[in-house]
Amino acid sequence: MSEIKQNLKYSKEHEWVEVLDDNKVKIGITDFAQHSLGDIVFVELPELDDEVTVDETFGSVESVKAVSDVYSPVSGKIVETNSNLEDAPESINDDPYGAGWMVIVELSDSSELDNLLSAEEYDVFIKEEE
Amino acid sequence: MVEGLKSTPLYPLYEKYGGKLVDFGGWELPVQFSSILEEHQAVRERAGLFDVSHMGEVDVKGTDALAYIQKLITNDASKLVDGKALYSPMCYLDGGTVDDLLVYRYTEDHYLIVINASNIEKDVDWFKQNLEGDVQLTNISDHVSQLAVQGPLAEKVLQKLTEVDLSSIGFFHFKQDVNLNGLKGLVSRTGYTGEDGFEIYLANEDAPKLWDMIIEAGKDEGVLPCGLGARDTLRFEAKLPLYGQELSKDITPIEAGLGFFVKLDKPNFNGKEVLAAQKENGAPRKLVGIEMIDRGIPRSHYPVYAGEELIGEVTTGTQSPTLKKNVGLALIKQEYAALDNEVLVEIRNKKLKAKIVKAPFYKKSK
Repeated sequence: MSEIKQNLKYSKEHEWVEVLDDNKVKIGITDFAQHSLGDIVFVELPELDDEVTVDETFGSVESVKAVSDVYSPVSGKIVETNSNLEDAPESINDDPYGAGWMVIVELSDSSELDNLLSAEEYDVFIKEEE
Repeated sequence: MVEGLKSTPLYPLYEKYGGKLVDFGGWELPVQFSSILEEHQAVRERAGLFDVSHMGEVDVKGTDALAYIQKLITNDASKLVDGKALYSPMCYLDGGTVDDLLVYRYTEDHYLIVINASNIEKDVDWFKQNLEGDVQLTNISDHVSQLAVQGPLAEKVLQKLTEVDLSSIGFFHFKQDVNLNGLKGLVSRTGYTGEDGFEIYLANEDAPKLWDMIIEAGKDEGVLPCGLGARDTLRFEAKLPLYGQELSKDITPIEAGLGFFVKLDKPNFNGKEVLAAQKENGAPRKLVGIEMIDRGIPRSHYPVYAGEELIGEVTTGTQSPTLKKNVGLALIKQEYAALDNEVLVEIRNKKLKAKIVKAPFYKKSK
């Protein structure tokens, strides 16, 4: 059973999006995603000030077994990255919605948020994938 | 069950043990049960249990069986005695590798050959093409299951199920018809993890029972059910080749660092000329260990460069669970293979620095 947080928005690529103040969002991968990947041993994140585009990859997450791209659920500019993941990539397995957060993006088009899934919609979506 | 995929007799048990299933070369098999890292560690420190029933088995019988096997394989089966097994590559005439396999000698004219699951059809065709003299071949893959108990406590756990003294079975020796709590199996001290352990061949209908028995018997020792993910990281650290990665029809056993298993002092065998020349003059490529200097994990088929020159590719790579280092095996041009030499691994369009290091990455303490 995968945990889903009610207050977050979700992408079909299994990222979660938390809407912060000042037109910013925090992004990570979902509990479902970390569970599917298995033990995460390496994370590659974008650099500060990098521009990211919705549905394009901005980084990757590697388990012992495989590499998975992480797709940006929104467009905008990277204003913060979780540098702790460099030494503790397993935080994504242990706490995907907390210590395992990946980046904070300043949105260039906040209307993109409307295309994301609600918690209920994501729940239905992953049940179909399971 | 996924349509079109083959499964082993253990399939009905996977769910109970939490197996996460994947398509492995046409077989629906567990990649992990709890976690690849936990399972890996269990095998290094205690013991783990693997379902490897997808492996192929071919029975070879007849007065010319030994001569036939000698022609097929590069290792010397004439050195076998009853109850002993050997590992060998099997080559094409051009020295490329058909498969790597185990040969078990029951008697002078009766052998069991164990081959890789994804190669069963190809190997059996090759066996038939090479057939000569009094030899009867029977592909018994569909009737035989195989479980592997691996790790320093493997003997202690398996011993609980049998009165046969397992300590009397030496490395690469085996016993037939071992009574395991009423089930009968061939028990050999072999494996694919770099640890001590046993592989047990038995009838399909008995395999699920033996699986449950071993898990039950190993509770105090902390035996974990293990999937293909841990099997791969374990064999990788021990530099045991995986067909399709370190070996293929385009890679000779000499290039793969398996020269020890190519015996040139035995009579003619498939590929001998090419392999002899490579052994004498050096092969054009060499399998080396690499360790990343820059941040990144090398993975199978990533290209390897020296400056602008493409010199080979990564065959297997991961973050070694034992060393916690980003390491790999790479097949590269001989002239770049010296220890400590720097090379570049292309990872997602970036050329990242790595250096040649010693492999295996793990050797068990005696």
